[in-house]
Amino acid sequence: MEHDFDILRHLQQTLGADIIHQQQPVDEIPTCWIAKERIVPAVLQLKSSTPSPYSFLYDLFGIDERNRIHTAGAPPSDFTVAYLLFSYQQNSFIRLKVPLTGEYPTLPSISSVFKNANWYEREVYDMFGIRFEGHPHLRRILMPITWQGHPLRKEHPARATEMGPYQLWDEKQDREQEALRFKPEEWGMQAQSEDADFMFLNIGPQHPGTHGVLRIILQLDGEDIVDAVPEIGFHHRGAEKMGERQSWHTYIPYTDRIDYLGGVMNNLAYLLAVEKLAGIEVPDRVKVIRVMLCELFRIASHLVWFGTFAQDLGQLSPVFYMFTDRERIFDIIEAICGGRMHPNWFRIGGVAQDLPTGWDKVVKDFTDVFPKNLREYNSMVMRNSLFKARTKGIGIYTLQEAIEWGVTGPGLRACGFEWDFRKKRPYSGYEQFDFDIPIAQNGDCFDRATVRVEEMWQSLRIVTQCLHNMPEGSYKADHPLTTPPLKKHTMADIETLITHFLGVSWGPVIPAGEAMSCIEATKGANSYYLISDNNTVAYRVRIRTPSFPHMQMVPYISKGYTVADLLSILGSVDFVLADIDR
Amino acid sequence: MTVMQHIWIVLGVLFVLLNIAAGLIWVERRLLAMWQDRLGPNRAGPLGILIVLADTLKLFFKEDWIPPFADKWLFILAPAIVVGSVLMSFVIIPFAPQIVVADLNIGLLFFLAMSSLGVYSIVLGGWASNNKYSLLGALRGASQMIAYEVFMGLSLMGIVMLTGSFNLGAIVAAQQHTWFVFTQPLGFIIFFIAGIAETHRLPFDIPEAESELIAGYHAEYSGMKFGMFFIGEYLGITLISAMTATLFFGGWLGPGFLPPWAWFFLKTFFFIGIFILLRASLPRPRYDQLMGYGWKILLPLVLVNLLVTGAIALCLRG
Repeated sequence: MEHDFDILRHLQQTLGADIIHQQQPVDEIPTCWIAKERIVPAVLQLKSSTPSPYSFLYDLFGIDERNRIHTAGAPPSDFTVAYLLFSYQQNSFIRLKVPLTGEYPTLPSISSVFKNANWYEREVYDMFGIRFEGHPHLRRILMPITWQGHPLRKEHPARATEMGPYQLWDEKQDREQEALRFKPEEWGMQAQSEDADFMFLNIGPQHPGTHGVLRIILQLDGEDIVDAVPEIGFHHRGAEKMGERQSWHTYIPYTDRIDYLGGVMNNLAYLLAVEKLAGIEVPDRVKVIRVMLCELFRIASHLVWFGTFAQDLGQLSPVFYMFTDRERIFDIIEAICGGRMHPNWFRIGGVAQDLPTGWDKVVKDFTDVFPKNLREYNSMVMRNSLFKARTKGIGIYTLQEAIEWGVTGPGLRACGFEWDFRKKRPYSGYEQFDFDIPIAQNGDCFDRATVRVEEMWQSLRIVTQCLHNMPEGSYKADHPLTTPPLKKHTMADIETLITHFLGVSWGPVIPAGEAMSCIEATKGANSYYLISDNNTVAYRVRIRTPSFPHMQMVPYISKGYTVADLLSILGSVDFVLADIDR
Repeated sequence: MTVMQHIWIVLGVLFVLLNIAAGLIWVERRLLAMWQDRLGPNRAGPLGILIVLADTLKLFFKEDWIPPFADKWLFILAPAIVVGSVLMSFVIIPFAPQIVVADLNIGLLFFLAMSSLGVYSIVLGGWASNNKYSLLGALRGASQMIAYEVFMGLSLMGIVMLTGSFNLGAIVAAQQHTWFVFTQPLGFIIFFIAGIAETHRLPFDIPEAESELIAGYHAEYSGMKFGMFFIGEYLGITLISAMTATLFFGGWLGPGFLPPWAWFFLKTFFFIGIFILLRASLPRPRYDQLMGYGWKILLPLVLVNLLVTGAIALCLRG
């Protein structure tokens, strides 16, 4: 905390007095407003400040401030671009905000400072129409090139009924198809070099190796990848826009579908931010239930990755064994939650229901049988020499590069860096659990796989601890904003009855403020940045997903390898398209 | 033998082979399912065996589409070549004493020549499809098959030295006392590996490589033309298995309680099973790794094998 203020003071001294320190937001991340002319030097200075550089651009996003009422003493602005930087040495975030005025404002790009700013700035441009000067290739990233308007602006409609029925007449279809044609010149690519003609190959949007609708355009010299351009957005469902329409409570099922392999873990990331805003402290039992379900989902997600990774490399059988084990996990999830992939189970201030009788038996059955299977998978896949030949020394990046590109999760730990948000910034009671952070040294595909396999063992340890130490108590916090609210006093007390009625019908009104959560999701750091304008819906929902920067890095780490290696790389990165596109 | 007997043998062999190839659809899917903890096709007929009929019917009724951008005649020719060349190879295989379509003196060379022709189907199919994935698959297929042809041919030369004949009947007869798998173990291993590469089956299905090239050289094929590639692949497996049985495991030789043809088919089916087991268990190496294994490991090994066999044969004779 002391350090954070030092940094802010230092910034103020070197860059001038027009840096305004914002009142502490609810999440206690030091935040300051900075003029747009100063943003590049400020970011540069933070990145190079010693001894604890803010070397990791955690997130970059826009906010449309025009309809906002509770601005908490912020400078006047129509739009805000927020930068979230992280220092691994200090284990601290810093948030910079740039106020912008005008309908379609511009500001300088920081893509020369942080490599991963490139896609984030394109996203801000796509969603808000804010232009970044000096950006190497500012064009839409999630929406179709032909899209009219910028969806996250407040005037852009969110309902289908406001948009009119969708029509696709022949001419329009031709236009849309033409827009999808890849033109190498636009990306500064040559069609031929001095001694070779390049082939441009579309991998996707429909391709068995991309695990979803993803298009990667490869520039090939023979089978060697010269360059690659990922095209994303096919899975974009406007989750952030939905957050501005759905009440705090009814938004929970949407989060389930962000990283659709992570299930309730998405609920947790969202609810941690909501609960920070509402000031709810959840009971211990809730924390442990949440941790147990999250870790079960981590195992399930890693099992999917493990099986499909082997399948990408041509090993057909493991995926069947692993999906069988995943099914065992889903049996537990189903017994507890009723749902499977998208249980929508956590609630503001608790979980939907208490654990059912006999839950411990189903969990114990799993923890008894799984270690044997996992050992078998290890010898079947990880120790297979062909598997090693396909993954060792492929898709290497160093720790330096990983941080520069915003890699988190197993991909970061495979570079030999022991960093896990569950340990370093514990949430939901993770500090109470005994587990290790698995790491590996080389940062190649094989090491990323090793880390994930080891993580399953650690998750199993956590689940076992939950099984043996489940605290007694309520499954809901006793707080007026808990949703659905507790009902026990409603028949005795009119005030409670009114609060209950409003909470159930409108949904809770969350006090104005800004808060961010940060969890170690299955694929890396996942965050929800929520702005409440003292309303029943969020004013802005920003979802920072791990897969987005990971996908951005794919061209960089696949250059010089072959098409077959690209599949190893894609598999080892372990992305979910819904997690990239939101 | 009379002319009629010859015709009966030809028709019989053709009938049996095509049925085996079709039946392998079912065998492979059931075996894979068994090893992968699932059921596999089990609805049509006893144990699901009628899936073969359903699959064939489906292929027949599918639209036989030739892409407008394809080279039409080559596109049609390619699948015919694969089935044709593999079926021709069966001509020289002795299924039992007296049951052989053509008892050629140069049987082994004929087999190698025919399997070389098979490359054309991949190259032409990939080229004629005028599709980038197909082209990549065809290029991979061409270099893989041409390279592995070399090792396949060389791995069999040891047997030829020991037998002193290219005639398969003579080779089987020479195994009366010892199967060649015991005198030529290295030759057997290399022949089988080369055989997998020749039939481009997993783990060496690099020209198809579903997760990379979708279906590689036959990505544009549909209907019965695709069916021909399909049948060609199963015939290829049967051919390599039959050749392995004939060359290294004594062909139709076996204790008298079963007729010779039964021994032959038992041995062949055993190797077909191995093919399927390999598919169920191994990942696919990268294309350049496969070529590396070939030229850097298999070629020296097969030459050493040749040299040692030659030296021993000379000593024994001298």
